[in-house]
Amino acid sequence: MIRFLKNYFTEVFQAVKSLFLGMKLTGYYFTHPKEIITQEYPENRLTLNLSERFRGEVVMTHDEQNEHACTGCSACELACPNGTIKIINKFEINAEGKKKKAIDAFVYHLELCTMCNLCIQACPTDAIKMAQTFEHSVFNRNMLTKQLNLAGSKLREGVE
Amino acid sequence: MIEEITTAKEGEMVINIGPQHPSTHGVLHLLITLDGETIKKLEPNLGYIHRSIEKMCESLSYRQFIYSTSRMDYLSAHINNHACAMAVEKAMEIEVPERAEYIRVILDELTRIASHQLWWGAMAMDLGALSPFFYAFREREVITDIMEETCGARLTMNYMVPGGVMTDIHPNFVKHVKDFIVQFKSKIDEYDTLVTDNIIFQNRMKNVGLLSAEDAISYGTSGPTARGSGVSCDIRKTHPYSLYSKLQFEEVIETGCDSFSRYLVRVKEMKQSVKIIEQLIDNIPEGDFVAKTKAVIKLPKGEFYSRAETARGELGVYIVSEGGTTPYRIKFRSPGFSNLSALNHMVKGYKIGDLVAIMGTLDLVIPDIDR
Repeated sequence: MIRFLKNYFTEVFQAVKSLFLGMKLTGYYFTHPKEIITQEYPENRLTLNLSERFRGEVVMTHDEQNEHACTGCSACELACPNGTIKIINKFEINAEGKKKKAIDAFVYHLELCTMCNLCIQACPTDAIKMAQTFEHSVFNRNMLTKQLNLAGSKLREGVE
Repeated sequence: MIEEITTAKEGEMVINIGPQHPSTHGVLHLLITLDGETIKKLEPNLGYIHRSIEKMCESLSYRQFIYSTSRMDYLSAHINNHACAMAVEKAMEIEVPERAEYIRVILDELTRIASHQLWWGAMAMDLGALSPFFYAFREREVITDIMEETCGARLTMNYMVPGGVMTDIHPNFVKHVKDFIVQFKSKIDEYDTLVTDNIIFQNRMKNVGLLSAEDAISYGTSGPTARGSGVSCDIRKTHPYSLYSKLQFEEVIETGCDSFSRYLVRVKEMKQSVKIIEQLIDNIPEGDFVAKTKAVIKLPKGEFYSRAETARGELGVYIVSEGGTTPYRIKFRSPGFSNLSALNHMVKGYKIGDLVAIMGTLDLVIPDIDR
């Protein structure tokens, strides 16, 4: 009987002790706010640094002369698992009178994209890359369909 | 199913849990037959998040189908991708460079830790403790930052390609992983103080949700669920793949057969994963990170199978090829589906509050069950 009572009270003591140990831990963090690492997101937009590999959106790089490196070979279109990319080609006649293929529109459906990076891997001329933007919400779904080549842009000299 | 609802016996009641219920961690619909508050029968009703990934894969090439498996068990996305890449490599007889294997295993184990940490937080939250969730996410955030830096995404990485990994590791990768190990080791004891030793938690877990070793095998459970019942089923030990045959680590087995042993298996597995990463992180060999493969992968005619140990159990990838660029049929043996099938057996005779606790220890991810 005495042993039973002793065990009973030991158990009660252990139980209360375990609760207090847990409370001590939460109390420690309550009194040490410097150890808390929470970030306040919309307020810290200006200081928010995403790593350079972060995949947010496909963009086409243009230089100062408004030239890009996309030859319209459709490798990215074939690599895409979701039909996110559609390339519309046109034929231009250059100064020597020869016909040359060039892109008319590089259509990108952001609403279908899963950011799998396969199109960037497939591109032979590094014309497209992933941008670090991540706030993609818009009010109209049509705004998610984008044309990546800028108006009036053309193929950079020497890119085949 | 409707017939069964109408034929509930006198004094019994059928109620729905889900599909929109926080304790089911997703869109899982459970039909439970109650006598008072005691559960007589439980029937899961699936299909709310079925996306036909297996059928979709039939129209995708062998490079493309890997990304979709990140969406099955999204918490162990890397390990899913690894299993798929291994199936293709086995069929093509591609030899993966050693550097790629090291990177793969390190990332697999980081994924396992991140998955178990999220489970640990959600498990405590199921039992009514809110703050452990934030403690778990403090360390998990470091892992997702490492993933973001090297792979480019935080959850659905798609970093594995047939023959290796997509890009080389980030220059800061080794340093950040070492920092994480130091931080994790200093904080892991807080987990025990906060939850494991807590008397309320122990009373709700011990001798609840019993699953004997025989039942665990006959229901086809795998992973920590089966190891909590004393069944040795770690694919990393029984059928070693990648580098696991060379590594020193223990297969965690608990013989309590109750919810608490399943809990302990996962907490101890995190420590084993850290042990594996420590062995690899200092000696990542130089060399290629991806083997040279043809631009268009065509598998030879035949059937190919590969298996990997995800955070939830055994994942099997079965590919039937007819020699073309796309598979004829793909079947995924997902761990969550088999583990869920044992739930009816485990909850019989317990109360509704215990159902939430038992379901928490199964670590269900619903997109993995429905695919």
